[in-house]
Amino acid sequence: MSPFPAHLLSMDDLDAATIAEVLRVTDSFAEVGRRANPKVPALRGRTVATLFFEDSTRTRMSFETAAKRMSADVLSFSAGSSSVKKGESLRDTIETIQAIGMDAVIIRHSSSGVPARVAEWVDHCAVVNAGDGWHQHPTQALLDLYTVRQSLGGGQEGTDRFRGLRVTIVGDIRHSRVARSQITAYAALGAEVTLVAPATLLPPSLEGWPIAGVSHDLDAVLDGTDVISLLRLQAERGSGAYVPTMREYSAGYALTARRALQLPPAAIILHPGPMVRGVEIASEVAELPSARITDQVGNGVAVRMAVLFLLLGQGHLESEAA
Amino acid sequence: MSTTPELLIRGGTVMDASGERRADVRVVDGRVVEVAEGLEAPTGATVLDAGGCVVAPGLVDLHTHLREPGREEAETIETGTRAAALGGFTAVVAMPNTDPPLDSAESVRNVFALAEGAMAQVAVAGAITVGRAGEHLAPMAELAALGVRLFTDDGDGVQSAGLMRRALQYATGLGVTLGQHCEDRSLAAGGTMHEGAWSSRLGLPGMPSEAEEVMVARDIALARATGGRVHFLHVSTAGSVDLVRRARADGVPVTAEVAPHHFTLTDGCAAGYDPVFKVNPPLRPQEDVDAVKAALADGTADAIATDHAPHAPELKDLPFDQAPPGMLGLQTALALATTELDLPLVRILALLSWQPAVIAGLDPDHGGTQGGPLSPGSVANLCVVDPTATWIVDPTALASRSRNTPYAGRTLTGRVRHTVLAGEPVVIDAEAQR
Amino acid sequence: MAERERSHTRPRGAVFVPRVQVMSADDVRRAVTRMAHEIAERNRGLHDVVLIGLQTGGVGIARRLAETLAEVEGADVPVGTLDVAFYRDDIGLRPVLPEAATDITTDLTAATVVLVDDVLFTGRTIRAALNALGEYGRAQVVELAVMVDRGHRELPIRPDYVGKNLPTSREEMVDVSDEGVSLGELVNR
Repeated sequence: MSPFPAHLLSMDDLDAATIAEVLRVTDSFAEVGRRANPKVPALRGRTVATLFFEDSTRTRMSFETAAKRMSADVLSFSAGSSSVKKGESLRDTIETIQAIGMDAVIIRHSSSGVPARVAEWVDHCAVVNAGDGWHQHPTQALLDLYTVRQSLGGGQEGTDRFRGLRVTIVGDIRHSRVARSQITAYAALGAEVTLVAPATLLPPSLEGWPIAGVSHDLDAVLDGTDVISLLRLQAERGSGAYVPTMREYSAGYALTARRALQLPPAAIILHPGPMVRGVEIASEVAELPSARITDQVGNGVAVRMAVLFLLLGQGHLESEAA
Repeated sequence: MSTTPELLIRGGTVMDASGERRADVRVVDGRVVEVAEGLEAPTGATVLDAGGCVVAPGLVDLHTHLREPGREEAETIETGTRAAALGGFTAVVAMPNTDPPLDSAESVRNVFALAEGAMAQVAVAGAITVGRAGEHLAPMAELAALGVRLFTDDGDGVQSAGLMRRALQYATGLGVTLGQHCEDRSLAAGGTMHEGAWSSRLGLPGMPSEAEEVMVARDIALARATGGRVHFLHVSTAGSVDLVRRARADGVPVTAEVAPHHFTLTDGCAAGYDPVFKVNPPLRPQEDVDAVKAALADGTADAIATDHAPHAPELKDLPFDQAPPGMLGLQTALALATTELDLPLVRILALLSWQPAVIAGLDPDHGGTQGGPLSPGSVANLCVVDPTATWIVDPTALASRSRNTPYAGRTLTGRVRHTVLAGEPVVIDAEAQR
Repeated sequence: MAERERSHTRPRGAVFVPRVQVMSADDVRRAVTRMAHEIAERNRGLHDVVLIGLQTGGVGIARRLAETLAEVEGADVPVGTLDVAFYRDDIGLRPVLPEAATDITTDLTAATVVLVDDVLFTGRTIRAALNALGEYGRAQVVELAVMVDRGHRELPIRPDYVGKNLPTSREEMVDVSDEGVSLGELVNR
C-alpha cells in the first residue's frame, strides 16, 4: 500500500488500495465505538482543530467526536464564534492556529479550493477537507463506501464486490461536493456510476469524469440500480434557480414510495443528509430498511477516526528508512 | 522640462514601421536628430550601448490599471509608470475604474496632474457612462476636449444594447473610439474562471465563452449600423476572434487587442486554486489560446495590451472565488511575446508599439509623439530591446507595488535594456533611473 | 524492536530469511500441550479463564490452547482476539496499522485473562495489551502465555507460561508458525 497522503483534500488523493485500507481500519474503530467506553489513547497528546466557516453542527460534531475518541485535544473554531473574527483573513487565522501548534486542521468552507491553499501554508499539520464549496467532501464519500460495504458483506471481499456495482447518483450534481467525491470514490473501486439530473443541474462539462452514463429519466434507471444515492437540492448554493419549481423537480427526481418499489429488492438507498423529506425523498421511503441513512451517520465517526489515525499515526515526521 | 544631455544610442539595429536598418541614433533636446551608422559621441553626451539590440519606438500599452486615485496600496501612477518604463513602454492608457472613476473633466485633469513627471506618458481612457454604472452617458465631449481619444467602462461592459448604440452614435460625432470589455453579466453570472472541463472538475462557477462573444457580436452589429469605431479589449476566445475577423473583412470599423496571459496560459492553471491565475476575461482552454495567437499573426488583432491589474497581496490570498481578478503585465509583456509567439520581432513591435499608438490616438498623425518612425525631427520615445537576453521573473524584483504575476520563476527570452522618454533615458541597463 | 513492530514496518521489499530452525512443528505442539496443562494446573479448573490472543501471532496459539484444554480438561474456555494498535507507545513514530478489529465478546470483569502471544521481546506490546484489556472490564488476574521469550525486556513484564526461552541478539528476528520456530534476519530485497 502506498503511504497515506499528507493531507486528505479530495478523493482523487486516494487510490483503490488506500481506500480499501481506510475501510479496513474503520472496522477496528467501529468496534471501539461499540464499547461501553468508546475511547482509545491512539492520538493522545495530539491537537486537532476544527475550522468550520460554513455551519454544520452534524459534521463538525462527527469529526470532534472522532478526535476525542482517540484522546486527541480538540479546538473548535467556527464561523459564528468570536475566534474567527469578521475581516480577519483566512491566512491570519491559519497562522494563529499554526502558532498554537496543531497536528491536524479540519476545514469546511463555502469556497472551493480553500483546504488546498491552507495545505500550502501549513507545516507539519495535516489538512482534512470537510467540504469545500462545490468541490469535494471526501470523508462523506468514504463513509458512504463503508455503509455500502457493510451491506455487501464487509471484509476484504467487500471492496472487490464494488466492481461492476451499479450506482446511481440523483440530484443537484452541478453544485454538489458530495457527488464529486462519490463519483471518484465509487469509480476507483470499479463501480459503474450513472448520474441522473435535469440538464441544468449537471456540471457544464463531464469530460474526463469516470462515469458510465447520464440520464434525465430516473424511472428508466431504477430497476438497474444496486445503490441509489440521493442529493439534496442546495437552495443555499442557488440550485433553486436551475429548476422551474420544487414541485417539478420532485415529480421528476424524488425517490417516492412508488419509485422505491421499482428498485431491485437488495438495493440500498443512501442520502448524505440533511434530508428534505418530500423533496428528494419521500418520508416513508427514508424509513425503509433499505435506506441506510442512520447507518451512514453512525459510520461517519468511525470513518473519520480511521482517516485521522492514518493521517497522524503514520510517522510522517520520521523518514521511511528509519 | 530641464535640458537633458545629448544622447547617443550606439551599435543597434533600428526597427520601425518603415523597416529595419543598422544605425546609431542621436538625440538632442528630446528629439531624434540623426539616424546613421558610425556616429561619434560628442563630449558630455550619454552613450547607451545597443550592441546586439533593436532600437524601436517606445511601446504603447492600450490597457493599464494605475489604480491611483483610490487604490494606492496596490499601485500608484509613479510605481505603475516605472514598471511600464522597465517594460519598454513610453506611453500607457490608464483605465477609468479608479475611485473616483474617470468620468468627469475634473477627475481626468487630476490624473494628468498626478502623472506629470511620470516615467511614461499617461493617456487616459474616459468612462463611457457616469460612474461606469451603465445608465447615463458620461460627458464625452468635455473629456475629448482634454485630449481623451478612447472611452471604455472597463472592469465592466456596457450591458444595455440601447445605451451602447447611443454612445456609439455620440462618439462618431466626436471622432473618438469606444472600447468594450465584453462580458454579458447575465451569462457570466458570478463565474470565476472559464466554464468548461476544468471548472466542472474544480467545482468553481464558470464564465462561458458566450458571455464574451454575445457582446462582441452585438457591438459589431452596432458599429456596422452606426459607423462608430469600436475597439475590443482583451479578446480571449476563438469565437470572438472569428467574429472580429469576419467584421474586418466586411469593412466594419473594429479593432481588437489581446492580453499576454491569453496567449500564454490556459484555464488548467487554476488547478491549484491560486488566485494569481484569476483574471477577467478568464484564462481559456488551449483551442482559444491558439485562436488568439492566430489572430495576432494574421492581423485580426491589432495590438497586444497588458491589462496590467495590480492587487495587494492580502487580496490575492483570499479564496479563489473571493479574490479580485487581474494580473501584472507591464514588465513581462514584450518578453512573453518574444518568447512565446512565433512571429518576427518587427511584427511584435508593431503589435506593441505603433499599432496601439494609432488606436490610442497618440501617434504622430494624430498630433501625438508615440510609435512614429525613428527619423530626424521625431520626438525621442524609444526602447532598446535585447531579443536574446534571458531572465527569470522574480515577483519581488518587479517595480510594481503588487506581486501578482502568474509568471514567477519563468525564464523569458527578450529584455528591455534601455527606455528613452522624450529624450530622457528613464531606464538604463534594465535599471530605472528614478 | 518487537516482532510486531518489525512486521508492520517491514521496509518495502524486505523479507524474513530463516537461518536456523529452533523448534520443529512437533516441538511447538508439545509446548502447547504443556502450557495448556500449566494453565489448568495454576488456575485449578478453568471456570473464569478467558484466553485472549494478540493479533496476529497470538491468535492461532490461543485457539490451539483452547482446543487442547477442551480435549484434556473438557472445558469450554472462551477465546477472544485483541489488536493493540491503538494502544501502542510508538504511534506517530512509525507506521502503525491495526491487523483486524478486536473481538472480545465476554465481559472480562472478575475473569482470569490469559494473554497469548507468539514472541515476547521488549514487553511494549504486552503493556499496550494490558491498557487495552481495561476497556473490557476489570479482570481479576491477568496472566501471560508466550511461545518464545527472546529476552531484551525494556519494561518490567514477565511471562507466566513459556514455550521456549530463546537467547537472541537484537538484530535477529524470530518467526513462529504451526510449522515451527525459526531464527533469521530481515533482508532488503
